[in-house]
Amino acid sequence: METAEQQGTTVQQAKDLGLLESEFEKIKEILGRTPNFTELSIFSIMWSEHCSYKNSIKWLKTLPKKGDHLLVEAGEENAGLVDIGNGLACAFKIESHNHPSAIEPYQGAATGVGGINRDIFTMGARPIAQLNSLRFGPIQNEHTKWLLRGVVKGIGDYGNAFGIPVLGGEVFFDESYSTNPLVNAMSVGIVDVNKTISATSSGVGNPVYIVGSSTGKDGINGASFASKDITDESADDLPSVQVGDPFQEKLLLEATLELAETDAVVGMQDMGAAGITCSTSEMSADGGFGMKIHLDKVPTRQEGMLPFEILLSESQERMLVVVHKGKEQIVEDIFEKWDLNAVEIGEVTDGGQLEYFMNGEMVATVPAHDLVLGGGAPVYDREYREPAYFAENLKFDIDSVPEPDDYPATAMKLIGLPNIASKRWVYEQYDTMVGTRNITTNGPSDAGIAMIKGSGKGIAMTVDCNARYVHNDPKTGTSIAVAEAARNIVCAGGEPSAITNCLNFGNPYNPEAYWQFVMAIKGMSEACEKFNTPVTGGNVSFYNQTVKEGSEAVPVFPTPTIGMIGLVNDLSQSMTLNFKTKGDLIFLIGESVEDISASEYLHTIKGVKRSPAPHFDIDREFQVQAATLEMVKSGHVNAAHDIADGGLFTCLVEMGIYAGLGFDITADASVRLDSFLFGEGQSRIVVTLDPAKEDDFIEAMAKTKVPFTLLGHVTRGKMMIDDSHFGFIDDASEIYSNSLERIIDSSVSS
Amino acid sequence: MEFIAHIDIMPLDALLDPQGKAVSSSMKNLGLEEITNVRIGKHITLQVSASSKDEAEARVDDACKRLLANQIMEKYRFELEETASV
Amino acid sequence: MKFGVIVFPGSNCDHDLIYVLSEILGNDVVELWHKDKDLKGVDFVMVPGGFSYGDYLRSGAIARFSPVMESVIDHCNQGGYAMGICNGFQILCEAGLLPGTLLHNTQHKFICKNLYLKPATRSTIVTSSLDSDRVLKIPVAHGEGRYYAPDDILRQLNENQQVIFRYCDQEGHFNSKANPNGSLENIAGVTNAGKNVFGMMPHPERAADKLLGNEDGKLIFKSILNSFVGA
Repeated sequence: METAEQQGTTVQQAKDLGLLESEFEKIKEILGRTPNFTELSIFSIMWSEHCSYKNSIKWLKTLPKKGDHLLVEAGEENAGLVDIGNGLACAFKIESHNHPSAIEPYQGAATGVGGINRDIFTMGARPIAQLNSLRFGPIQNEHTKWLLRGVVKGIGDYGNAFGIPVLGGEVFFDESYSTNPLVNAMSVGIVDVNKTISATSSGVGNPVYIVGSSTGKDGINGASFASKDITDESADDLPSVQVGDPFQEKLLLEATLELAETDAVVGMQDMGAAGITCSTSEMSADGGFGMKIHLDKVPTRQEGMLPFEILLSESQERMLVVVHKGKEQIVEDIFEKWDLNAVEIGEVTDGGQLEYFMNGEMVATVPAHDLVLGGGAPVYDREYREPAYFAENLKFDIDSVPEPDDYPATAMKLIGLPNIASKRWVYEQYDTMVGTRNITTNGPSDAGIAMIKGSGKGIAMTVDCNARYVHNDPKTGTSIAVAEAARNIVCAGGEPSAITNCLNFGNPYNPEAYWQFVMAIKGMSEACEKFNTPVTGGNVSFYNQTVKEGSEAVPVFPTPTIGMIGLVNDLSQSMTLNFKTKGDLIFLIGESVEDISASEYLHTIKGVKRSPAPHFDIDREFQVQAATLEMVKSGHVNAAHDIADGGLFTCLVEMGIYAGLGFDITADASVRLDSFLFGEGQSRIVVTLDPAKEDDFIEAMAKTKVPFTLLGHVTRGKMMIDDSHFGFIDDASEIYSNSLERIIDSSVSS
Repeated sequence: MEFIAHIDIMPLDALLDPQGKAVSSSMKNLGLEEITNVRIGKHITLQVSASSKDEAEARVDDACKRLLANQIMEKYRFELEETASV
Repeated sequence: MKFGVIVFPGSNCDHDLIYVLSEILGNDVVELWHKDKDLKGVDFVMVPGGFSYGDYLRSGAIARFSPVMESVIDHCNQGGYAMGICNGFQILCEAGLLPGTLLHNTQHKFICKNLYLKPATRSTIVTSSLDSDRVLKIPVAHGEGRYYAPDDILRQLNENQQVIFRYCDQEGHFNSKANPNGSLENIAGVTNAGKNVFGMMPHPERAADKLLGNEDGKLIFKSILNSFVGA
């Protein structure tokens, strides 16, 4: 075996590892010789889409990255760092684990949660909140139910044991995700700005440690796998599955944070995709140093692992640590305390070369710089083309859609649809309260808010993306995703500060799928500039497509998930979304428009799939948010909730269910009633206020020049629109709260 | 013919078994250092009627493949014991 | 008074409990590391929630053999006070310090939400200052919280007033709808025969901070503190 590995490789082997012929030529040029198999596998994994971003980096570079509060910009460390005052910074990032979850939903989702949290605590930050954004095929399908149950249990079992609460998330169902669910997990942490740990290696002679779990054969080639099309056959691809151990991760967290208190660490990097290969090369390339690594010293779970297996293993819960020479004991003692492995496997060298040894014999030598993104990794300019469907969407005419015969019945049906109804079945399986920071448990709000104990401040956070909007119009739809995230932060009383993104798209070699990607980036840039929310990092996941027997792969809805954080400077000014008292006035900030495009109502109830994104004017959106934040902070309003999926009616029901309060409102006669109630035109926020504050509110709003109207008032339980009775809030609540559970559990009882 | 199948389902050797690992290390606390490499799986028994042992084997194997074991994560083996028909 | 909060590998509610006992209620609190046998002279041992040793095998089964637990068992056998919350309750049951056991929820799902409970007796220090008719809103977060004990033990618990909390609905009625996990007789917490060891599945430490919008849990800790002042 050893000799086979040492021999020169062929272009066919390179192709089998997922490399292009031109990439193989480039590797030979870099090395000045033909690589052996170990070296070739190192290049194949580092130059995979997953690690190199070779098909996306050109466009990612155009995203706005500068911001007043950014301590660390995108790409510099494992995650972005935002200054939140009091000597603290917030580290946050979102990542996908789509393809592993398609194969083994429980472990796929669990290890996704593990990976993103490691990114945060590797920086020395303690994770304080998690969010997740999930997408599946139609929930009525048994396969979807299996995926959903597995993913939710995987996220829950890992996160609950690890001990970080879930503060927000979204779940969306659409045909396009049938065999390719999306599992995007976000973690938010806080760190003392003076105690951050860098992911850079330096200092010739400094020892290199591997800490945490032992290395096994699990997940070998996982990163390459993640970059390949997935079809039904890949369920047989056994080694691509990794098993998560949240207990080990919890120990690793506590040990790492203890380490951050010492001055023993030069740098630290978690091992995600591509394991030791990725961590050694990225840490080295960053500082311009090299490393000498003895693979035989790596603790392994199995006997006789080959060098390339050790290098590529994606065994979870491991880190690479570069330690200041002479301070090894400090590090070893901390890991000993937490019963974790900490083994010296090599040292930092001069010159930028990575040299891997097995039992004293060099098995691979490659230049770190040439392996990594921003170094020698390939960068491609991909072709893109506007698909025909886009022009079709723009032809949509609302007059072609008749209004419903029975409005109350339509309204009740809408709030029970899987995409609209409460996701209680999902989030009650997550610990949402551990850490005693989640102030939204007893004060529901458009964004999750984690308090920073002792400071009076909080961090508001949300994940948002209506992928149907993005599909119908990628540029506008992505702008809306950013705008909606900011709107949620604002409704909670926060000031939007920065975003992380998780870009889930189809095959980049398909020009129409790539067009969606390019347009999404453009829409995101525009909105991030407008809302002053720079992009601090994230990830790209291509090759998301649903494959059905005997037909061509269909890309999933393009899904650029936006994770946003915002600062609540004074928790006493944070805002909840629930109706408070009967008789409170209900106002609309923003204006009603004649628009039902891309709404759940149009798509699911009317069955019309072709329409543009909902009405959106970015300047108006900005003004509406500014005015709302002012009203929230000044205490003029006692509830704020944005109008999003499901439209105004859904919004009002969501505000009413907590205290069982209804509403009596007057519709805007200038638009169709279905536009008014069910349309998803953007830039609209519902607020309520004590009638005694009406004059102050009106005066303050008039100064903002943002349109607003009195809709009506909060009732004891009746839902009235234009003097028509739409039923009682308790009945609406029953439908909204329990519909999803009824569908998911329907197969169990029948 | 009636059979009882005794099925053992174990995590694949190549995969980490976090549960077994935690139990292994706690053996030290109990003074049982000699015990290592704990791996934890499931034992399942079920009854199957079939016209022959071969047929029973095929049915149980099918049940293991399709439901009882998650072949991405687990391996299984079973033994059949013939019982008197009821 | 001096509290000790045990830190097992995998505990994750230890900091929350310490925060409430020291920052909010102003007590002396020390951490007790699982590898140490020294209880540092504490008056009251708290066993926090979390997933000690990953909760592998059975919840609490491995933690029960930690060095610190030997001292806790001695402490309790000599009449010393201890209370386990959630995973802590499971550990104290596994250690034989509390009667009964905690099984998988009937739904076989982890459940985290606000629930309601009422004290079932005022004969213990944990409940003596509580109003027996006042419903407390306290969250749960567990996958294995279904209290179970054989008939004879259950009878004893009732006769000796060893059930300390039962789940109820918002109006204070005990019924199956208010029971989140299938616990026998809606039992949410119990004490031992000596009434010096307590266990409960709900998390009072998650409802003891004004900023979280719920201080019902604080009443339970205050009951303990009041009893000590009176003693």
